[in-house]
Amino acid sequence: MAFWDFANPTRFMRLTDRVLPWLIGACAIAFAIGLYKSFFMAPEDYQQGDTVRIMFIHVPAAWLAMMCYSVMTLSSIGTLVWKHPLADVSAKSAAPLGAAFTFISLITGSLWGKPMWGTYWVWDARLTSVLVLFIMYLGLMALWRTMEDPIKAGKAAAVLTLVGALNLPIIKFSVDWWNTLHQPASVMRLDGPTIHPDMLIPLLVMALAFTLLFFTLHLMAMRNEILRRRVRSMRQKAAASARPAAATASTQAAE
Amino acid sequence: MNGWVSALFLRELRLAVRVGGSGVVGVLFFLAVVTVIPFGVGPDLNLLARIGPAILWIGALLATLLGLDRLFQADRDDGALDLILMSGRSMELVVLVKCLAHWMATGLPLVLAAPVFAIFLNLDPVAIGAVTLTLLVGTPALTLIGAIGASLTVTLRRGGLLMAVLVIPLAIPVLIFGVSSADAAIHDPVPFLTPFLILCALSLIAAVIGPFASATALRFASD
Repeated sequence: MAFWDFANPTRFMRLTDRVLPWLIGACAIAFAIGLYKSFFMAPEDYQQGDTVRIMFIHVPAAWLAMMCYSVMTLSSIGTLVWKHPLADVSAKSAAPLGAAFTFISLITGSLWGKPMWGTYWVWDARLTSVLVLFIMYLGLMALWRTMEDPIKAGKAAAVLTLVGALNLPIIKFSVDWWNTLHQPASVMRLDGPTIHPDMLIPLLVMALAFTLLFFTLHLMAMRNEILRRRVRSMRQKAAASARPAAATASTQAAE
Repeated sequence: MNGWVSALFLRELRLAVRVGGSGVVGVLFFLAVVTVIPFGVGPDLNLLARIGPAILWIGALLATLLGLDRLFQADRDDGALDLILMSGRSMELVVLVKCLAHWMATGLPLVLAAPVFAIFLNLDPVAIGAVTLTLLVGTPALTLIGAIGASLTVTLRRGGLLMAVLVIPLAIPVLIFGVSSADAAIHDPVPFLTPFLILCALSLIAAVIGPFASATALRFASD
C-alpha cells in the first residue's frame, strides 16, 4: 500500500531524492512559460492597463493559500486518525508556506487596489477573510514553536487545524454577512466581462507553476524537518550516554 | 450518572467564586474597557450610542479571554486534571460542565453588568435590552470556543497571550452576529430575529465543537 510506504522516513527521503529534481525542473519550466506569457504576451486590459498583470501573481497565490490549508487539514486527519508519522511533519512544514502565499496575495492585492480603488485596504468581505486566514496560519506557527516536544505540538496543532477547517466556512459566511450589512458591494466587482482566453491561459499556467512551487518547497521543508528531528534525537542520545544518570530522558524516534 | 455531573459543577462553581473571585475581576476589567473607549473616540454621545453595542461586545470578548486561563490551568497545576482524565468519565461531558460553571462564574456577571455599562454609552432601552439578550446568548459560545484555546495551551507556562491569538479568529463569527443583531434591533435594515437565530446556532455549534476539540487536546496534553 503506497500510503503506508511513505510512513518510513528513510524511504520517504529516498523517494523525494529521486522526485525532487524533476519537480524543480518542471516548476522552473512552468514559471518560465507562465511569466513570459503573462508579462509579454497577455494583452493589457482596456480599463486596468498593465496593472492587470498583478493578477497573474495574485490569483494563484490566493488559490495556493486555500490549498495549503486543505493540505494541512488532510495532514491533521492523518495525524489524529491514522497516527501517520509523516503527517505532522507535513502539516508543520505546510504552515509557513501557507502563511507566505497568503501574505503574497494580501500584498499584491493591496498593490493592485491602490491604482484601481484608490486605497490599499478595504474592509471587503474577501480581503477580511483572507486576513483572518493569515492570522490563523501565524497562530498555528506560534503554537508549533512554543511546544518543545514535536509529537505533542503536532497533535495540538492538528486539533486546532481541524477546528479552524470547520470554522473557516463559518467565518467566510459571517464576514460576507457583516460586509453586505454595512456597505453594499460597490467597489469590488471583479466579475466584469468574462475572462478572455488570452489572459486565462497565462493565468492557468501560473497556477500550475505556483502549485509545483508549493509541492517542491513542501517536500524540501519536510526533508528539513525530518533531518532536524534526527539531529534532535541524536543530540538526546548523546546527552543521555554522556550522563547515564539522565538516561531516562525520553528519546523520541525520528528514525 | 447525574451525581458526578452536579458534584463537578458545584466544585467548579465554588472554586471559581471563592478563589480569587475572577468573576468580579472580569466585570472590573469590562468596566475599565468601557471607560477607556470614550477617551479614545471622544465623548460624543451620538457616536457612542452608535458604536455602543460594539464596545460592549468587544469588552465582553476581552474579559472572557482574560479569564479563560483559569479554566484548566489550576486543575493541571494541582493534578486534578489528571485525576479527572483517569476517572473514566466522558471527557467531553466534563469539559462541557466545566465550561458551564466557568460561564456562570465569569460570563453571567458580564451579562448582568452590561445594562449598567450601556447607560454610560447612551444606549436607549430597546438597545440595552437587545445587547443584553445577545450577550446572554453569545457569551457561552465565547467560553466554549475559548475552552479549545485554553486546553491547547494548558501545558505552556505563559499561554495566555498565545491563547488569545488562537481564539480571536475563531470568535469573529460570534462577534459579527452579536453586534449585527444588536444593531438590527436599533435601526433595522434587517429583522432582529435573523442574525439573532444565527447567533443561537453559533452557540449550539460551539457547544458541540468546543467540548470535543478541547477534550481531545486535553487527552494529548496529559501523559
